[in-house]
Amino acid sequence: MNNGDRPLSPHLQIYAWQWTMALSILHRATGTGLAAGTLLMVWWLLALADGAASFDTVQTVIGSVVGRLCLFGWTWALFYHFCNGIRHLFWDVGMGFDLDTARNSGYFVVAASIGLTGLTWIVGYMAMGAI
Amino acid sequence: MDLRAPLGRVRGLGSAKSGTHHFWVQRVTAIALIPLSLWFIYAVLSLVGADHATVSSWLQSPINAVLMILLLLATFHHLQLGLQVVIEDYIHGEGTKIASLMILKGGSLVLAVAGTFAVLKVAFGG
Repeated sequence: MNNGDRPLSPHLQIYAWQWTMALSILHRATGTGLAAGTLLMVWWLLALADGAASFDTVQTVIGSVVGRLCLFGWTWALFYHFCNGIRHLFWDVGMGFDLDTARNSGYFVVAASIGLTGLTWIVGYMAMGAI
Repeated sequence: MDLRAPLGRVRGLGSAKSGTHHFWVQRVTAIALIPLSLWFIYAVLSLVGADHATVSSWLQSPINAVLMILLLLATFHHLQLGLQVVIEDYIHGEGTKIASLMILKGGSLVLAVAGTFAVLKVAFGG
């Protein structure tokens, strides 16, 4: 792209990293990661429709160590995107914009996403009878 | 200098020619996904360790089949709106950008239809 000699605004790397901007890019990163996760979701449904053999294959992949690690990551990504998305919806109606509230709601969203992820996995392992 | 009245500018719908439609639909699907994704997490937890027959009969329940299809539609609609902006932000070559957007939109549609078909097959097929 030809910018000529026009002055450019300072780009991202010039700024000192702040909590709120890290959480902002994390929203996009988790959204992109969750988009990849939908491939597994559709594969799981297609395998279910295909029959027991295909379904067992998917369940074996998901149940493997790598599968569980991916699922754990997706669980946290989902809860983070979920909580931070609600934070965005509050901003959309003009609430919570002042700096203190924006920072504190960010802390809350991170804590909530970690707590909900832990809770979900504890309930999951309890359902399996592993705990 | 812009000689158009504010109403005229609004009717022009801005540089994207779509006004606030993208923004609005992204919010509508986000709100729909709040209850749907909570239901999905609950569903997955209730199906931990379940075999093919159990999961199939679960999905044959009309409420579960309908909610799963709604989840698929809301997810893929929200997903393609979000990733569209990611592509528009980071891919600068016009040709690559258009090709990426077509792959994204087409791919999302294919996955949404495939997932919905799978749900219907299980729900009706038994």
